[in-house]
Amino acid sequence: MSMELDPDEVFGDEEDDPETEFFKEREATKELLVYLVDASPKMFSTTCPSDDEKTATHFQVAINSIAQSLKSQIINRSYDEVSICFFNTREKKNLQDLSGIYVFNVPEREDLDRPTARLIKEFDLIEERFAKDIGSKYGIVPGSRENSLYNALWVAQALLRKGSAKTADKRILLFTNEDDPFGNLKGVVKVDMMRTTLQRAKDAQDLGIAIELLPLSQPDDEFNVSLFYADLLGLEGDDLAQFKALVGERFEDLKDQLRKRIFKKRRVRRLRLVIFNGLSIELNTYALIRPTNPGRITWLDSMTNLPLKIERSFICADTAAIIQEPPKRFQSYKNENIMFSVAELSEVKRVSTGHLRLLGFKPLTCLKDYHNLKPATFVFPSDEEVIGGTCLFVALHRSMVRLKRFAVAFYGSSSHPQLVALVAQEEIMTSSGQVEPPGMHLIYLPYSDDIRPIEELHTDPNSVPHATDDQIKKASALVKRIDLKDFSVCQFANPALQRHYAVLQALALDEDEMPEIKDETLPDEEGMARPGIVKALEEFKLSVYGENYEEEDSNIEGKVEPTRKRKANAMKEYGNYDWADLADNGKLKDLTVVELKYYLGAHNLPVTGKKEVLISRILTHMDSLGASSYGWHPCIEIFAQCP
Amino acid sequence: EQEALVLVLDVGPSMHSVLPEIEKVCSLMIQKKLVFSRYDEVGFVLFGSADTKNELTEEVGGYEHVTVLRNIKVVDEDLVDALQSLPRGSVPGDFLDAIVVGMDMLIKKFGQTNKGKKRLCLITNAVSPIKDPFEGTKEDQVNTIATQMAAQSMKMDCIIVRMKQDWETNRRVMEENDFLMSVFSNKSSSKVVYVESPTSLLGALRTRNILPVTIYRGDFEISAQLKIKVWVYKKTSEEKFPILKKYSDKAHPTDKFATHEIKVDYEYQSIEDPNKVVPPDQRIKGFQYGPQVVPISSAELEAVKFKPEKSVKLLGFTDATNIMRHYYLKDVNSFIGEPGNKKAILALSALARTMKEMNKVAIVRCVWRQGQGNVVVGALTPNVSDKDNTPDSFYFNVLPFAEDVREFQFPSFSNLPSSMQPNEKQQEAADKLVQMLDLAPPGKQEVLPPDFTPNPVLERYYRYLDLKSKHPDAAVPPLDETLRKITEPDVELLFRNKSIIEEFRRSFELKDNPKMKKSARRMKERPSGSDEEREEFDKDADAKAIDSMEYSSKTKVEKVGDVNPVEDFEEMLSRRDDPKWINKAIHDMKNRIFDLVENSYEGDTFHKALECLVVLRKGCILEQEPKQFNDFLCHLSKFCQEKDLRSFCQYLTSNDITLITKAEAPDSEIPEHEARSFMVKPELDSQNMKPEAKVENDIMSIYLGGK
Repeated sequence: MSMELDPDEVFGDEEDDPETEFFKEREATKELLVYLVDASPKMFSTTCPSDDEKTATHFQVAINSIAQSLKSQIINRSYDEVSICFFNTREKKNLQDLSGIYVFNVPEREDLDRPTARLIKEFDLIEERFAKDIGSKYGIVPGSRENSLYNALWVAQALLRKGSAKTADKRILLFTNEDDPFGNLKGVVKVDMMRTTLQRAKDAQDLGIAIELLPLSQPDDEFNVSLFYADLLGLEGDDLAQFKALVGERFEDLKDQLRKRIFKKRRVRRLRLVIFNGLSIELNTYALIRPTNPGRITWLDSMTNLPLKIERSFICADTAAIIQEPPKRFQSYKNENIMFSVAELSEVKRVSTGHLRLLGFKPLTCLKDYHNLKPATFVFPSDEEVIGGTCLFVALHRSMVRLKRFAVAFYGSSSHPQLVALVAQEEIMTSSGQVEPPGMHLIYLPYSDDIRPIEELHTDPNSVPHATDDQIKKASALVKRIDLKDFSVCQFANPALQRHYAVLQALALDEDEMPEIKDETLPDEEGMARPGIVKALEEFKLSVYGENYEEEDSNIEGKVEPTRKRKANAMKEYGNYDWADLADNGKLKDLTVVELKYYLGAHNLPVTGKKEVLISRILTHMDSLGASSYGWHPCIEIFAQCP
Repeated sequence: EQEALVLVLDVGPSMHSVLPEIEKVCSLMIQKKLVFSRYDEVGFVLFGSADTKNELTEEVGGYEHVTVLRNIKVVDEDLVDALQSLPRGSVPGDFLDAIVVGMDMLIKKFGQTNKGKKRLCLITNAVSPIKDPFEGTKEDQVNTIATQMAAQSMKMDCIIVRMKQDWETNRRVMEENDFLMSVFSNKSSSKVVYVESPTSLLGALRTRNILPVTIYRGDFEISAQLKIKVWVYKKTSEEKFPILKKYSDKAHPTDKFATHEIKVDYEYQSIEDPNKVVPPDQRIKGFQYGPQVVPISSAELEAVKFKPEKSVKLLGFTDATNIMRHYYLKDVNSFIGEPGNKKAILALSALARTMKEMNKVAIVRCVWRQGQGNVVVGALTPNVSDKDNTPDSFYFNVLPFAEDVREFQFPSFSNLPSSMQPNEKQQEAADKLVQMLDLAPPGKQEVLPPDFTPNPVLERYYRYLDLKSKHPDAAVPPLDETLRKITEPDVELLFRNKSIIEEFRRSFELKDNPKMKKSARRMKERPSGSDEEREEFDKDADAKAIDSMEYSSKTKVEKVGDVNPVEDFEEMLSRRDDPKWINKAIHDMKNRIFDLVENSYEGDTFHKALECLVVLRKGCILEQEPKQFNDFLCHLSKFCQEKDLRSFCQYLTSNDITLITKAEAPDSEIPEHEARSFMVKPELDSQNMKPEAKVENDIMSIYLGGK
């Protein structure tokens, strides 16, 4: 049993819940990543538009995107290891002692290691420290044999020596705005240095290290990948064209673009879509949207702060004997225990093969807003095993978009066989790049067993009110006023999660002050107070509620809250007893509990507890009122409200 | 929360074809009651029966051919059995008579008590006319009954089963009956649904009564000045597979009171000293932050954690197109005006109608309970009712936060290399397929609508549960044919569109990627615990066979298994440590193929069997064992003829499976021209037949991808 287990949560469903697997991204492999950042003077002298209409240098853009990705990584994938390495620096700091290379790190951390709270915090401050501690300096200059790019690849490769290529994805992410690093050299020196650099890159790639380029370009000076980097990355033909299409033109929001490219696409699994028997294509599935939860809980010994080992044992309820994980399950039915073997249960669930089977197509209007149970899964075709699948997928995709139809398929997973809708999504591009990738979204459909007839509960044979045209008109004016023009899904940070991690970070760094987190999800009260909106609101309110909106609240037809009803009854009965007399003569105990409650109810006192408790509560209350309790009649106040 | 239910079932002659499904769904409902609501009371009434047996006929006369098979009483196992074998009636039934008998039973048993928990459930095709009343019109009569039903606070669910053949009967009667049904649904708490397929019938009856509870009652704050009282329910919520208890066999066999249950106990042990158990008050929660585990006591956590106020607040409205369908994150809620609060219902109605018109959604921020540690942001979409007696409402879908989204980049389709771009002909084939393989044809009922499609796993489980209660050792029966309609494409639909399907097949050619070495890769990529079945790809089996001949495995295979027979077979053949493996492999493979063919359902395993046969043939040629193959093929062919599996023989011919000839293996005694002689019946000899005709004859060959 793993140590991270939180038994409080696991207790609920002892079966291995495949759902939890669904919500996690597969963590089969971890990632080792080196951020290789060009720190040459050119990175500081070139600027590009940024948030709030300020400009930022390319260096700032690169640093900011790395800082942001570190923060999301520590939440989402904290097992991955990272290293941050600058090249074209004045100072040097690396194991190989190569000049122009500076590996940034903080104490208690190896150069390539999981990100820590401290790393994140100090990296946030790097800009201020950079000029003083690290410094920027061209590393490839005429007349010198130094080659900072070569050195950078060497250091990165050495950092990534850790871990086997089989169990880890190794990547170098190269940030630079120099498309021609050897441009200022000439002749044999240039050729020679280019050759050795390319060889260095090829050696790294042969070791299973992927090198990815994140070029920073400017509106008037596009990054020309063909000059040098196409060779270094080994891009040719279609790949090169694709790469160019991806980086070209979209320089408006560079930071956005970088942030998107830093994340490596992680496939959840490979799926086979059976179009008909004998014709199937391969799809890769991706979890683009999954709720992020505060990380797992580890139970610690409060004395030592060391993790505790959780031992689970099965105990026979009849004999208290400790037993091994039993092979049989049972359900009580017809006064008997019906037994099932685990194999039988999994056979029951096996209603189809483990593939996605196309059943047919329906118009998009058949997909209702309530046909949803869990987050969708994105699918994208692959030609890895079978050539021609992508072409078929693209053809279906185009037809489905054009005809406004979705595909219905049966997904026969062994744990959770389900009907799914495949909805074709067209690519959507904005100035900051791709916002919706092209492909299909697999939406898990509910069965009739999962849908509840809520509306039926609220039907009324005597017909229920529906809005009049005037009321609809007033509502329409209101809707137009309170319009969120640029609303985009997921524009809000989750305030609970932000708070949680801010607290963790503060505690991890032994900070005393707890950070304040802004809750972005609160309504814009200032905006709502604008006269136009207030007026539209008032008109709508008037058209629906009439003049006396305030009273509507307490005046619900035909419904009296049970407590109020009880209280009203208590009031009525209360007057029939001479409570003071009963108390003085010790006769309260002769009353029934129901009778005692008349008193308690009338005085708004709690009515729970045993008879003795009730009596003592009454006596205490009488004491507190003193002798004047006699003619006191609280009834009037309350009855005034319920005629 | 016990319910009293009277099932009112039409068993008249026109219903006979759907009675098997009705038996299934009604008995399933009772089974679920036995598991989840054992104190519910059920009675059941048949109409259209030859006999007459009800109290009304004795008291006032009339009401013929209505039989009360069981008076209202607490559910028991006899009821399950009774519903599993309904008698077939011989007279067209009068559903109105039957409804009255059912109502009478409920009134006699409960009078005015049991408000809101009395229910009638009528299943009929409503194709037979009801009798003319003594006075007034049929409509008047239905009105009276519906009013009485409302007065008694009874509910009624009507399922009208209209299969294809029903449409050929009297249309006028049907229209009249449909009108009368609509009177019920307008005048009382009755729901009328029409189903056109057995599968929908299984989904139309609510087999488990779950009392919906609100997750929020309170203000929907449009602004500080305008608050609308709403109730929020769950609209969808997954009905999970039941969690079974673990069974302990430790109790003494004679112990009558043994529970056989198993308790799970957790012990928290110190890492330094495993014998030291740490009590709850000495434990503290730690949260992972990078490599660090940060301890936070419950009190500390409570002090610093995010604590929003219980509320539902409007953030604003936005175009519906801004919210894409795939952003819906969880199960769905319903927002509905507070019952009895006319103004609140009106306010929601006005908003819903205007939003529908303007194609807008509302973005809201919700905290359902006080003390809930997080907020939910989601979209309200209008659900405008087309019925007078149902209020307008909203659906609420949770939307993701910034942290929940991975912005992976994918190549544009327009940037893909031209080999991956469909040409005009291919696009046309795809267009036709998307249009014609239609599950919601105009004028007909949608096929497999989620609202009427039952969960096949749960159906299967409860049926198996009942079977096991009678035969404890019974194996899991194969998936019911009606349920199979959910998991597999409809053969009839495929058949209707076979030319389009053929065209589509011809337009897209798929081939193996030669760069990938299949077997080796398959082994590697299969993640442990993956639920992917390692079934073979339906591809050119021949090419693959050669491909994987070269493959030698590290772990030695000793038998041909069910999952990857082709690979197992090839690996065994390539074992050179002992010649016995070759015979064993051939022997095993023959058995596999037999199993596959014998256990096929509508040909679902034929393709796999064919693949096996192809490698077996190849293997027998390589290993110089032609006789083994030839004898087997003849035997198999004969077997199929006898067992009514001729479609498999045809499948083999259409895929050009032949005996191994002398030219291929010198030991063979079969000359070239007799290569197809394993087919016993001369008319099936494909040499005498045009390939087109063959395809015409057999749906299966299309269904199975014959060329």
